[in-house]
Amino acid sequence: MAEEESERRGGAHVQAVHLRIGLLSGVVKEALLSSYEMACQSTPLEGSQLLIEEIPVEVFCPKCQAPRLVQSIQWFACPECGTPTPTVVRGRELEVIALEIKE
Amino acid sequence: MSAEPRLVEVRKNVLKQNDVIARALRERFRQAGVLAVSLVSSPGSGKTAFLERTLALLHARYKVAALVGDLATENDAARLARSQAPVRQIITGTVCHLEAAMVQNALDGWDLNHLDFLFIENVGNLVCPSSYDLGEDLRFVLLSVTEGEDKPLKYPTIFNSADVAIITKSDLAAAVEFDEAAARRNLQAVRPGMEVFKLSSKTGEGMADCLDFLDRRRISPSVAGPQLRNNSGDSFGH
Repeated sequence: MAEEESERRGGAHVQAVHLRIGLLSGVVKEALLSSYEMACQSTPLEGSQLLIEEIPVEVFCPKCQAPRLVQSIQWFACPECGTPTPTVVRGRELEVIALEIKE
Repeated sequence: MSAEPRLVEVRKNVLKQNDVIARALRERFRQAGVLAVSLVSSPGSGKTAFLERTLALLHARYKVAALVGDLATENDAARLARSQAPVRQIITGTVCHLEAAMVQNALDGWDLNHLDFLFIENVGNLVCPSSYDLGEDLRFVLLSVTEGEDKPLKYPTIFNSADVAIITKSDLAAAVEFDEAAARRNLQAVRPGMEVFKLSSKTGEGMADCLDFLDRRRISPSVAGPQLRNNSGDSFGH
């Protein structure tokens, strides 16, 4: 994806890729970082940095009628009142947010 | 031309391509009136045995078909074909999960309008399949009594992504001193409100309740299916 963007800009050198991953995305930050360098070899992304922002899991509490950050993904409940809730508001993201490009 | 690097906003879902295909599949299933149910679990939890029994029992009343994912063999498809239902194997090679495009390709030539149920057995894996929407209406996660009650806590992401949990191999529960209350507690902790069935594909114990559930879901698949998936907090809304 970042490569396409670089091509669209006439092979501009990508210095960094900003990624957002939710704790429920199924993607592990460490694993991604270790494979990133390898995947970038011989591409316009070679030598670029992968900057990852981890998004915590936020659920909607039906009792408080408010979004709340869960304290653990092993317990989907409101941290304020303890009400269990399956409604996930945030935390499943797996998105490329921005690229740092040198033109 | 500036010497300083410039920040270009992109905001693109990494799995967008998969999600686009999955959405199209879901719409296709809805229009054809087929309820698509996927099965995920660790290897050896009994997905194929459960499917064998389910296909055999549903076959009398409904038109059912199945897709089964496996890294290397066609053994599962051969086992399931004995039920007389149409079955296709998806061999993933080194890929540890199914993707929406694989499902789409495997359906080639099948007329979904003639089907009531389509089962999609994922590769045995409790990690990667959680990130890939296959267009299914319902995702079943299987947990066998021999695996231990804390599986949901060890793999919360995939258990959270599922709609229904099936506790399998109930005929072995006493032998392994399976703590059912703890298992149910752990399931509810990672996915509050989750429907749970306990059964044995071998003896048939508990199968009836699960089939009744599938029956009820099928009555109006356009309402029951996708709605349930969306209720789980936009399960795949990356």
